[in-house]
Amino acid sequence: MSVPLLQTGGLTIRFGGVTAVDQVDFTLKEAELRCLIGPNGAGKSTFFKLLTGQLHPTEGHVHLRGQDISGARPHEIARLGVGIKTQVPNVFNAMTVQENLWIAARHKHTPAYATELTDQILSELRLTAIAHKEVGQLAHGQRQWVEIGTVLAGEPELILLDEPAAGMTHEEVERTAELIQDINRSRALVVVEHDMQFIKMIAKTVTVLHQGAVLIEDDVSRVLEDARVRDVYLGKGLAA
Amino acid sequence: MHLLNGMRGALIGAAIAAVAILTAPLYIDLFQIMQLTVFAAMAVLALSLGFIWGYGGILCFGQTSFFGLGAYAYAVAAINFGDSTPAIALAILVPVIFATLLGYFMIYGGISDVYLGVITLTVSLILFNLVNSTAGDFYKIGEARLGGFNGIPGVPTFNLPGDPSYILTPEQAWMVTGMALILVYLGLRVLIASSFGRIIVAIRENETRAALLGYDPRIYKLITFMIGGAIAGLAGALYVNWGAFVSPTIFALGLSAQIIIWVIIGGRGTLIGPVIGCLLLQWLVTEIGAQQAMDANFVLGAILIVFVLLVPKGIAPTLRDLAMSRLSRDTAPAPTADATAKVKT
Repeated sequence: MSVPLLQTGGLTIRFGGVTAVDQVDFTLKEAELRCLIGPNGAGKSTFFKLLTGQLHPTEGHVHLRGQDISGARPHEIARLGVGIKTQVPNVFNAMTVQENLWIAARHKHTPAYATELTDQILSELRLTAIAHKEVGQLAHGQRQWVEIGTVLAGEPELILLDEPAAGMTHEEVERTAELIQDINRSRALVVVEHDMQFIKMIAKTVTVLHQGAVLIEDDVSRVLEDARVRDVYLGKGLAA
Repeated sequence: MHLLNGMRGALIGAAIAAVAILTAPLYIDLFQIMQLTVFAAMAVLALSLGFIWGYGGILCFGQTSFFGLGAYAYAVAAINFGDSTPAIALAILVPVIFATLLGYFMIYGGISDVYLGVITLTVSLILFNLVNSTAGDFYKIGEARLGGFNGIPGVPTFNLPGDPSYILTPEQAWMVTGMALILVYLGLRVLIASSFGRIIVAIRENETRAALLGYDPRIYKLITFMIGGAIAGLAGALYVNWGAFVSPTIFALGLSAQIIIWVIIGGRGTLIGPVIGCLLLQWLVTEIGAQQAMDANFVLGAILIVFVLLVPKGIAPTLRDLAMSRLSRDTAPAPTADATAKVKT
């Protein structure tokens, strides 16, 4: 069996008495698209922070193509090819859209090629019209797109998207879904999302987190029919 | 393209300033030349903070540490060598080494912004007390007696590189100081327009995002801090050359606070702002001092309050915004991307 792209084993983080992520075993194959869902506070964003080195696990490990990255710093993990769009957009506010993407592209490329790649991604994401606007002045939905563009400009091999469709119009959500499927042709993604319509549009395999632990991991249709999943989303307080 | 367009204005401005500096002795008397020399030395110091704070986002409250170390390094070296050229090199090198060590422990230790300000301020006060207590014959480096609170008098001033017997006249020292200011300014402009410059601004804007893109914010911040230390050290050498004297008050709180006021009033996020703020306020303080009607510190404080409340961006950015809105009103179409890029860099 080949080495999985991403694998966590017994991944756990505790803050004081709270176990935010609890013994998560998660495996992602090369070029896989995985959706990660769960109610508020299920530990999805914390899980992403553990994958990207923004937090370090209390126990367990994260392996990227077999390499242990559990204690690595964010920039080291980014250099190994992991890109993330965070839940609250992390962008360079006082810089233009073009500059945001350019900074991302510049890490791997020469200034001239970074400019070329930036222009290409700007037109793919239909951001060319606002390329020279300051990101701080944009609407939330547009900022989301800028951050997605920034992640793409870094050319990662594994892309983590934390609520990419939040704050977007219906049309924008559909475009985001198309974009994700497009990216997935060559690269692996993990997408956290609350919007079930959106999940139905893109998902194949879905992992459900609840109170920090994996509740179920299965095909999207089976997950959405699962009684336990409905219970945790409706807040019936499944005794874990 | 943007880079060239943006730099063209700076180069023209620098050329005009250079001509003004070189011809100034023809129509300004020696007393005023001396005055302008110390203003220009201080403006170099203002640029050092304007760079690390305005672009690197590092609020160093103790920029005088590097200024003072540069000044003392110059004084001690010039006395021992009898030649100012290696002394100027040491005035840059010693503060850079100190900035590297201090910066490494603060930045790699994960000290947050506010504490960085507190620590740098404390360091400058420690240096003040340390140097202040070096009175007596025991404290000397080679030929140079540190002299404690009395300082070091009679420091050799700049000589022609390679010819220690040729001491620069005050007019020539003014030209050197003025040209140093212009060169530091242009050097920083080039640096800011480079990839490094854009990356440090990105880190200032959002450190998390920069790290998630693969940039290690720590090394960029440390290099920024070191460059600031180098420039402040050079300013120290220029300052000692002006007065042929250095004392521990160079590390004192008053100057640390003044540098920050210069940058706030001139405008953060620009390079010309700190220079304008520094020249304007020094001129004002000198004028007030000459009239003896008001306390200079009182006036400085009042100006700071007025600026923080009414012109929070500072002089240079406010003037730029005014010019931009004028421009966009006069010529119907909105400012082009080139125009924005030009102003920003």
